[in-house]
Amino acid sequence: MQDYFHTYGVVAALAAVGGALVAGGLAANRLLRPSRPTTEKLTTYECGVDPVGEGWAQSYVRYYVFAYLYVVFAVDAVFLFPWATVFSAPGYGMTTLGEMFVFLAFLAVGLAYAGKKGVLSWV
Amino acid sequence: MLEVVVKLALVAAAFAVLPLLVGQIEHKVMAHMQGRLGPMYAGAFHGWAQLVADGVKFVQKEDVVPAAADRRIFKLAPVVALVPYLLVLLVVPVGPRGQVALDLGPGVFFALAVMGVGVIGAIMAGWASANKYSLLGGMRVAAQLMSYELPMVFAASSVAMAAGTLSLPGIVGEWRWYWLPWQAVGGVVFFVAGLAELRRPPFDMPVADSEIIFGPYTEYGGLRFALFILAEYAGIVVLCALTTVLFLGGWKGPFLDAELGWLWTLAKVLVLAFLVIWLRVSYPRLREDQLQRLAWVWLVPLSLAQLALTGVLKVAVG
Repeated sequence: MQDYFHTYGVVAALAAVGGALVAGGLAANRLLRPSRPTTEKLTTYECGVDPVGEGWAQSYVRYYVFAYLYVVFAVDAVFLFPWATVFSAPGYGMTTLGEMFVFLAFLAVGLAYAGKKGVLSWV
Repeated sequence: MLEVVVKLALVAAAFAVLPLLVGQIEHKVMAHMQGRLGPMYAGAFHGWAQLVADGVKFVQKEDVVPAAADRRIFKLAPVVALVPYLLVLLVVPVGPRGQVALDLGPGVFFALAVMGVGVIGAIMAGWASANKYSLLGGMRVAAQLMSYELPMVFAASSVAMAAGTLSLPGIVGEWRWYWLPWQAVGGVVFFVAGLAELRRPPFDMPVADSEIIFGPYTEYGGLRFALFILAEYAGIVVLCALTTVLFLGGWKGPFLDAELGWLWTLAKVLVLAFLVIWLRVSYPRLREDQLQRLAWVWLVPLSLAQLALTGVLKVAVG
């Protein structure tokens, strides 16, 4: 447990270093830059004409089915990592390999079904 | 303690220098491929200091936040885009016998997870800008995320299966020359998916400067814009480093692995970076739906086939 916290302590330390690097750059920027805001300068950019309506428009997310598909597959994929480290350990061998093909078959059938349903094309 | 500090300093130094090196190489390589000279004046010798000059310019520029934007998220987004790539470098080994800043047990998993966080920065920028082009760009970033992440994870776990460990130094330690043909499909899938994650041409439709005016970055200027661009080049370094470590044997070279390990790693990373630049010069931009198709019809099935191949050979031979 000691090692565990030490390990991620190093990660946190580097994150702090990264934050400090960026903050240092932005602080230098603050000292060196001019600041002359005008109304025109602060308008939203829309090719030089006055912006029409709001930037946050409602839109149709055309790829939402991909999003579902992705979430389902990604949840499966996460379990590959712990399994990958032990699957060929002595005493597992053929059993785990059989399980792998069951897993792959599930994914392949799911993908084929999605393809057959016409989900894998942009609507 | 001192060792940790030195290693963190080295990682930070690599993070500060390598992206600029890749950027400068891109300037010159692209120019020569297009029959131009590229930067020639800054620093006198073949414009070597061009990016330093750019940095000096950027740091003096006004920081404009549009009135309509979501101020705090807008200002935070470049940091979220950049810092994760620094964190990934922490677990990348450059040489044998502990020449790695942090030998993390679940290294592959950590690298992929943290690399994914960088993408959030671009989505934040796209949403917080309150600009129609930026919103479109942000949506495209999210669409791209759906397509490449899965084949990337499959390809990486194929290597983890072959090595029987998730630690990056462990994977390079297990690597043998015959992994090159054995894991070739996975390697190509990983690299292509990585290009899509970095939004590099031919997968640069989220930033497509000629149609949606740099997408999520439309409203950015000055240093914050520079941070996004730096994140792109840091991303190239990270992708090339991960591809090197997972698929090309990291520090292993034809001779003197122990002494010259770091040099082999660096050489492989730079060759891959050259490939990234070459692809940018050679291929036109895909459409978003073409990427989705490429990912789900080619990359995902190919990476699943790679998993099967890895499993069968590993059990049959081992």
